[in-house]
Amino acid sequence: MDAISEIEVEGAALARGRYRARRTPATWVRNGGLSTLVFLLPLLFVFGAFSWYPIVRTIVMSLQHTNLVEAPTWVGFDNFRAVWNDPLFPIAVKNTAYFALLALIFGYPVPLAAAVLMSEARRGRGLYSALAYLPVVIPPVVAVLLWKTFYDAGSVGVFNTVLGWVHLGPYPWLQSASWAMPSLVLEATWANAGATVIIYLAALTSVNAELYEAAEVDGATLWQKVWRVTLPQLRGVLLVTMILQIIGTAQVFLEPFLFTSGGPANSTLTVLLLIYNYAFGNSLGGDYGMATALSLMLAGFLAVFSLAYMRATRSWSTE
Amino acid sequence: MKSMRIATAVAAALVVVACATTAVAVGSTTKTVSISVASLIPGSTPAAIQQFNAQVAQFQKKYPSIKVKPVEYQWTAPTFASKLAAGTLPTVFEVPFTDARTLGDNGQLADLTSLAKALPYFSKYNTAVLAEGTDAKGRIVALPKGAYAQALHYNRKLFQQAGLDPNKPPKTWAQVAKYALQISQKTGKAGYAEMGKNDNTAGWILTTVVYTLGGRMEKGTGTKAVATLNNPQTVAALNMLRHMRWVDNSMGSNFDYGWSDINQAFAAGNVGMYISGSDVYTNLVQASNIDPSIYGLAAVPLAKNKNAGVLGGGTEVAVKPSANAAEKAAAMKWIDFFYEAPLVSKSRAIQNANTLAANKQPVGVPALPLFNKKQYDLANSWIKSFINVPIGQMKPFLTDVFSQPLIPEPPASTQSVYNALNSVVEAVLTDKNANIQSLLAQANQTAQAAISAGK
Repeated sequence: MDAISEIEVEGAALARGRYRARRTPATWVRNGGLSTLVFLLPLLFVFGAFSWYPIVRTIVMSLQHTNLVEAPTWVGFDNFRAVWNDPLFPIAVKNTAYFALLALIFGYPVPLAAAVLMSEARRGRGLYSALAYLPVVIPPVVAVLLWKTFYDAGSVGVFNTVLGWVHLGPYPWLQSASWAMPSLVLEATWANAGATVIIYLAALTSVNAELYEAAEVDGATLWQKVWRVTLPQLRGVLLVTMILQIIGTAQVFLEPFLFTSGGPANSTLTVLLLIYNYAFGNSLGGDYGMATALSLMLAGFLAVFSLAYMRATRSWSTE
Repeated sequence: MKSMRIATAVAAALVVVACATTAVAVGSTTKTVSISVASLIPGSTPAAIQQFNAQVAQFQKKYPSIKVKPVEYQWTAPTFASKLAAGTLPTVFEVPFTDARTLGDNGQLADLTSLAKALPYFSKYNTAVLAEGTDAKGRIVALPKGAYAQALHYNRKLFQQAGLDPNKPPKTWAQVAKYALQISQKTGKAGYAEMGKNDNTAGWILTTVVYTLGGRMEKGTGTKAVATLNNPQTVAALNMLRHMRWVDNSMGSNFDYGWSDINQAFAAGNVGMYISGSDVYTNLVQASNIDPSIYGLAAVPLAKNKNAGVLGGGTEVAVKPSANAAEKAAAMKWIDFFYEAPLVSKSRAIQNANTLAANKQPVGVPALPLFNKKQYDLANSWIKSFINVPIGQMKPFLTDVFSQPLIPEPPASTQSVYNALNSVVEAVLTDKNANIQSLLAQANQTAQAAISAGK
């Protein structure tokens, strides 16, 4: 380092020192620090009270035995071991994976197909979007009550009546261990597809129209346009919606809770429902330690899965 | 210096205001105590609500310093646990016989010992009933609201339509199955239905049927109790259920009934027979608007087995542990007025029956004595002129029930035992090929683990 450089470095250090020396509370307030803090406080409070504090409490409670009345006792990893050894745990994991798989096979393509068809429509696109989105604005509990009447297993049930016109059924729907889960997926797809349709419709508008024109000039069919132009252009959005759907279905609770309470014979018992049952299933006070332990196990799995997914699809989504 | 004086003046003013506020607060707490009390289940009829409000008005007239706030309430295992954890239960609430003692042991109910012992009729309580609300330390943590024996409720109209005599309900399980088949074939309705929901009602009813066949779900008490869910009578009860469901197809098409759902289905005329507590008629009127003419009540059929008996249970009234002394005293006055005195005090029994009858609510629903049979009959004689339930249609029950051996619910981890049985009942009702032996072995293991852990 030559002499000039040394002088420059020393000068810069002195300037930094002077600058530091001048950063008093008064200057901090003058520079807008106070207003920043005032604007930040509500956010910190809301996140702190409703997100970070519960997360910390969850971690603490997963290592304790407590009934929320008497003083808790530390039990180490006993709760995690108890969950792992619970015969219902593998059943819940299997059922959740089955729900996620069915939702992926049936629920994932439906919004995409609907969006592509709607974007091809020359008229009434707004009406179609509104109709597709309508189930999303129906309160979920109302939707489930509605579908319960559809799924009535008697010959007078709505679906069984309609299917009866073509000499099918009656089917047991929610009253059968093998039919219950597909029935839940059907309702969940109906209830949630609308939001994804809107995302796809928005993404479709960003696809360069010249690509379709070029494809038409080359004599491409509709299917070829979808396969060769639309899907590759949407792959970024498709990958994001897929991971969001997997995370969402791994946490499915509402449908099994309201339709079947996990039955018949635990055939729709999901991981989140098992967490709920640990916490609230026993009227003498729940096992909050096991409930929080399983919650952390699920959160940990989803975090690892999401990281692996993002890593695996990084090049695919950006190439 | 000036600012110092201002600060001192402000501080002094604040102290004065604080003292004044405290004085008002102390004065007001000695004057008025507010308590919230469990009222009726959600969805009750306006007449039922009017009746309850009339009871509250009578109470507040008698005790002007107590303000009562009715809160809709229905005990279910998950909602109760949530409210218990959140501390949002009303001051006075109800729990089943099965839970009161353990909740008391866990410090989750207020200690009512001295207040209960001060009741003029305390010494008259049936000791077995009183024990249901007494914890391990001998503290009274709950008082009985009512006791029931399980009974067979049947639809007289469907009996008639099926060509059966409504005055001759089934006396054996074979007759239940036969009548159920006849009802389903002739009317298209479910001949026999059973609670099959995994909110522990499925396990509760299966245990009832097993008791009628002479079986038991446990041996012993406490955490040393041995689970015996896979006994021969449970297997027989489940096979009987499977036959009605899959061979006779006489159970209709809905198999996930809970307590309220099955009441509604029965009141709507869609169920021929079902098992529930003998006192369920009150709910059938208050929440399901039943046509009294269709109602029939019979004792559950008992098998020819020396251990066969009828499952009996009941409801306790308790106070939340956070209640202060004044609230506990007010709560006990409400428990005395609303729940207990109508059974032992002539004037209160007549006032209560009059209020119920004036609002077209059931009077005279069959129950089991909380004190003794003599007191029960005496109390019924006081209100004889107000009895408005179809008592003649309940005769088959009233004739037989007092000669049936009454067996309490499984004493250790009752709800966990029921919980373990839920999925077995569900499997039998929804899977033709359910392996009963293997399901029961698994359920027994689960129940034993819960019993040993004291859950």
